[in-house]
Amino acid sequence: MSAEDPLLDQLDRQIILATQEGLPLSPQPYAVIANQLCCTAEEVMARLKSMLESGVIRRIGAVPNHYALGYKANGMTVWDVEDERIDELGERIGKLESVSHCYQRPRYLPDWPYNLFAMVHGHDRTEVEHKARQIEELLGDACHAHEILYSTRILKKTGLRIV
Amino acid sequence: MDELDRAIINHLQGGFPLCDHPYGEVAKQLGCSENDLLVRLEKLLNDKVLTRFGPMYHAERLGGGLSLVAMKIPPDDFERVAGIVNAMPEVAHNYAREHALNMWFVLATETPQGQQEALARIERESGYPVYNMPKIKEYFVELKLRA
Repeated sequence: MSAEDPLLDQLDRQIILATQEGLPLSPQPYAVIANQLCCTAEEVMARLKSMLESGVIRRIGAVPNHYALGYKANGMTVWDVEDERIDELGERIGKLESVSHCYQRPRYLPDWPYNLFAMVHGHDRTEVEHKARQIEELLGDACHAHEILYSTRILKKTGLRIV
Repeated sequence: MDELDRAIINHLQGGFPLCDHPYGEVAKQLGCSENDLLVRLEKLLNDKVLTRFGPMYHAERLGGGLSLVAMKIPPDDFERVAGIVNAMPEVAHNYAREHALNMWFVLATETPQGQQEALARIERESGYPVYNMPKIKEYFVELKLRA
């Protein structure tokens, strides 16, 4: 993150650094952070609140390991969607309950014709395929081809290191 | 994992309170004690049922670079390249997937320029090209799984 970012001042940045590994597991986590940073728990909470409002923080919560929860099939569904219709359709697919992430990304022709990515988690591949069919129906003739890329192994998973 | 663990996981995927005793408040909603909740959370994290607990930052809004990157690696060279990619602190997640493009990772850098440097380093050290697929548009991001 750049030092000139007008959205964030020094204290915001210190709070981000102090919480990169997560929130302290202590009854008063914001006071623990405040002690490290020589400010008050009220200031820490106010900054977190304002970063939530501005979207710098998406949410405060737990990230489950989907394998451990029984979601063994993790399918990255990718779709070749007409450029003129992708925004409208992307919004609709993003609203499907089964889709956790939905993005438009660049194609790499001829190797990679897909420009819409929708992540679908299921307990098994049948469940993922069922959910992919819902997406296929929604896209209709605006979609020319699609694939489901299943993950076979987590090679690495850590939180994002921002600083 | 028992019922309380599941309730904790389902309840804590977002909206953790900003107040003096947030764990105590959540514990009250779940009908357990603050200490129970803290002990359970610590165990879920240690057992890797949860990979993280805390604020989820939006990397681009922090001025950083974030991208999804794919590579096409021959199977007999896969472990070597996975080692190179995983060793980079900028790589947050890396998955093997069933496809000709068989390695997919998320690259998070402090600056957008840092992204180009990291990609160049991966190409140089691995000897294979990267397919950089930064998002053009985000339609939805909310990972919520029922435990």
